[in-house]
Amino acid sequence: MKSNLQLDAKGLSCPMPIVKTKKAIDTLASGEILEVQVTDKGSLADIPAWAKAGGHAILDKCEEAGVITFFIQKA
Amino acid sequence: MAEKVINNEELFILDVRNADAFEDWKIDGRKFEYLNIPYFELLDGVEDILPKIPTDKDVLVVCAKEGSSMMVAEMLSEAGRTVAYLAGGMKTWSEYLEPIKVGDLTGGGELYQFVRLGKGCLSYMVISGGEAAIIDAVRFTDAFTSFADDKNVKIKYVYDTHLHADHISGGRHIAAATGATYYLPPKDAEEVVFDYAPLIDGTTVQIGASQIDVGAIYSPGHTIGSTSFVVDNKYLLTGDILFIDSIGRPDLAGLAEDWVGDLRETLYKRYRELSDELIVLPAHFMIIDELNGDGTVAKRLGQLFAENHGLNIKDGVNFRSIVTDHLPPQPNAYQEIRQVNMGKLTPAQDEQTEMEIGPNRCAVR
Repeated sequence: MKSNLQLDAKGLSCPMPIVKTKKAIDTLASGEILEVQVTDKGSLADIPAWAKAGGHAILDKCEEAGVITFFIQKA
Repeated sequence: MAEKVINNEELFILDVRNADAFEDWKIDGRKFEYLNIPYFELLDGVEDILPKIPTDKDVLVVCAKEGSSMMVAEMLSEAGRTVAYLAGGMKTWSEYLEPIKVGDLTGGGELYQFVRLGKGCLSYMVISGGEAAIIDAVRFTDAFTSFADDKNVKIKYVYDTHLHADHISGGRHIAAATGATYYLPPKDAEEVVFDYAPLIDGTTVQIGASQIDVGAIYSPGHTIGSTSFVVDNKYLLTGDILFIDSIGRPDLAGLAEDWVGDLRETLYKRYRELSDELIVLPAHFMIIDELNGDGTVAKRLGQLFAENHGLNIKDGVNFRSIVTDHLPPQPNAYQEIRQVNMGKLTPAQDEQTEMEIGPNRCAVR
């Protein structure tokens, strides 16, 4: 999947993945896509919950070798 | 924190985990007030929630591991509020053990209950004449070995009443570290990959010079091997078969239909043959209301026969339906936890913590 911006939040623990994801989303225009990579297990539930609260769409999510990648489309 | 729960103190908890996590599992206290706002909704500031946070009682910010609660607590203190955060978060809360004395035994012995307040697990240590037996130890083995050191007793016997599915047992690790004998019911242990002593009906050991009996009673139903203990003819340790306000569920090893008859037999026949005066000590509690005033979880068997709904379902068909059709969700990662307790999986500490997240859910009400 193509994204407009990539964010590497690997190795960061809660709350930093969300703090950085929010800052990155703030720089995008509506409809653009952010790709974010995290390793913190808590993010697995928190990023979708945060996206839902803000109206952003999770287009895809995959996990490989402990790295979770989200594709988030800005509302 | 444990004191606030046990002493029924007042506390305002701002839980900043996401709504699902909060709904699933929180710090229970009789006089606690709660506000759940996920931390990611507070990134732009805490001004909006200030009116909802009291200034006349203690405020504790709670999250999963600490980081987010620290952030929110800092934001609140910048806004002029005095708040605390829970060090280590729900992870540490889940691991905390409070040893509480249940009572004295014949000849100077003592019985202690280790209350894992955050998860609802209960472990036991019987002490007498310089020796100790431990029943249903959780995985924080230091809590037990250092307690035994403080009491100057040698751990001789370690038991699990059954193969646990909701939490990782510390039993065989304590036995390995202390030279104690580790007992497990053989019917639950068909797949285990380590050596153990068989715990069967009538297994009796004496602890210390004062000869306190710890006697096993085969009481299947939660698992096919589930075994209870009578300690000093005074206490009945029921494992996950009978709780204070509920009964064990028969499905966690995948055989609810097969085991429901055993559960009925244990609760309605075998336990009925015991003295009403025995004090029931279960391996779990589900809700904070099951705690006595001193923090222990214990009640007379006769009182449970009168009050526990699960012991008062006259009709066998109805009983079968209640314990097989209306079961709550299963505990987090219960299948993996069983594999760990069989010795087939050896996860790292932080993986063990993840597996044990959430409430124990071993009961059916």
